Amino acid sequence: MEPISGIWAYVAMTLKVTGIFTLVMIVVAYATLAERRVSAWIQDRRGPNRVGPFGLLQPIADGIKNILKEETLPATASRVFFVLAPMIVLVPSLVTFAVIPIAAPLPTPAGVVDMIIADVPIGILYVLALSSLAVYGVVLGGWASNNKYAFLGGLRASAQMVSYEVALGLSLIAVLMLAGNVTLTDIVWQQQQLGMWFAFPLSLAFILFVISAFAETNRLPFDMPEAESELITGYHTEYSAMKFSAFMISEFGHMVTASALMATLFLGGWDLPGSWDNAYWHEGQLISGFADDGSVILANPALWKTAATFAGFAAKTGFFLVLYIWIRWTLPRFRYDQVMALGWKVMLPTALAYVMVIAGAILFLDEVGLDWGFSYGLVLTGVSGLATFGFMFFLDRGKTISGAAVKEPQKSRVDRVPQPAALGE
Amino acid sequence: MAISVKVMERPDPESTSYLRAALSGMALTFKHLMNPIKVTQQYPEEQTELHPRWRGTHVMETHADGRPKCVACGLCPTVCPANCIRLVGGEDDQGNRFPLVYEIDEFRCIFCGMCQEVCPVEAIHVGQHFENAEYTRDRFVYDLDRLMEQDHPSTHLWDPSDPASE
Repeated sequence: MEPISGIWAYVAMTLKVTGIFTLVMIVVAYATLAERRVSAWIQDRRGPNRVGPFGLLQPIADGIKNILKEETLPATASRVFFVLAPMIVLVPSLVTFAVIPIAAPLPTPAGVVDMIIADVPIGILYVLALSSLAVYGVVLGGWASNNKYAFLGGLRASAQMVSYEVALGLSLIAVLMLAGNVTLTDIVWQQQQLGMWFAFPLSLAFILFVISAFAETNRLPFDMPEAESELITGYHTEYSAMKFSAFMISEFGHMVTASALMATLFLGGWDLPGSWDNAYWHEGQLISGFADDGSVILANPALWKTAATFAGFAAKTGFFLVLYIWIRWTLPRFRYDQVMALGWKVMLPTALAYVMVIAGAILFLDEVGLDWGFSYGLVLTGVSGLATFGFMFFLDRGKTISGAAVKEPQKSRVDRVPQPAALGE
Repeated sequence: MAISVKVMERPDPESTSYLRAALSGMALTFKHLMNPIKVTQQYPEEQTELHPRWRGTHVMETHADGRPKCVACGLCPTVCPANCIRLVGGEDDQGNRFPLVYEIDEFRCIFCGMCQEVCPVEAIHVGQHFENAEYTRDRFVYDLDRLMEQDHPSTHLWDPSDPASE
């Protein structure tokens, strides 16, 4: 099986770019509908069900409405940056998907097509770089509006996203150490080789990553930048019509990308249980694994395998999307100092300590000479399980909910003020 | 009487795990997510049953031969606090009074039901009906023919001598 080449490679690339972009936009549109329906169901309501069967045409109606609405430009807004901000925030959320593999390689008569737009060697670093770019759009939008609420929202967004980027990156280090590579294709391959998804051997990194990803995408309980009860809607207060829509699309685009990323890093990406679907480019050959004597076992890709793995990937991503919505309609918003305390006092030290623990465990296993495989994963699962237990049962007690004020209960105290001596004495 | 204060038992923040509390909260919302009983009323399909004393769109009662029961006595425009009834009375050869013009502005009407209370011949009624949306404002001035066409049940006003409607 040869990789696709020549003119057909360009055709395949064009189709992939168009297809995946369209797919992401459709998922984003329907994520808005899912958000409204799931929130309704959680509150014992029904949600929008009037436009089309089961309300399925609602996103189209919303889109038409947003296009037809008036574009407003506040008189005191900075004109250039006000228009620029939605673009800056929209692009990173959509281009991040380029490095995420969505299915097993697809065989065509012209050669095997990788189901990923750009298998760049820097992989996850590209994702981190672009996701931190998105904060510029938010801050710029908040500042250019010349509105105090929008400005406060932008400030909060910058502080929050910078804080949680640290914990996000540190929880990723455990994954990178275990996979030994930053390419997402390689991370999926290593999970197939390990025989278990990284959510188990790196359970604490998984939890930390999920929490940080929530903060990075500004979703509840971390939606400080657009806290409705305090800041109207934060950084996009002054935006209307399609510019507002661009902010919403980017928020949901971030959600979809973050969900796909979590699925890829911790739930095996498009991998399904069993080794029948494994596929990886090894020295020009598409292999499904190594035999005991070190020779390669060739993979034989098939259309149905691609379809099945894509369904698996979609299910995992969908799970995280529903989790996002589910948590949004369950948990109340943190206070600002709680967000900062959680990020710097809990997540950062935990992630740092966990990197040390996992590094030690991997070093120990390599020294002992345990082969990379299922038992290797089981040992790490045990270590991480202990760390997760410690995190869930000891570390977050009293730190996550309460802020600084609750730590020291206020005791009422009456100071006897010495009476001034009576006049004349 | 002494004031009793209910003290809510809050868990000690030092011994509470946020993550586990969050998980139990998610279990609760999931239960509601799966709950098939929803409170939303699917309005145009599911209609609310109006109460017997609901005061809505007016009805003019008619005789068997299709004439309005109204005798143009002028009590309802007099009593109307919103001044929304316009009545011009006429008289036929036998001296029977009848309305030449009888108009009710449903926009001005406050649906107090005093026109029904005051009517000596039980001609004008408020009714158990509320869906009277129109495309133009002038359609809200109901003339005599339109009032007679209304086929919804009329309101049973509260009777002080029979407070429980028995």
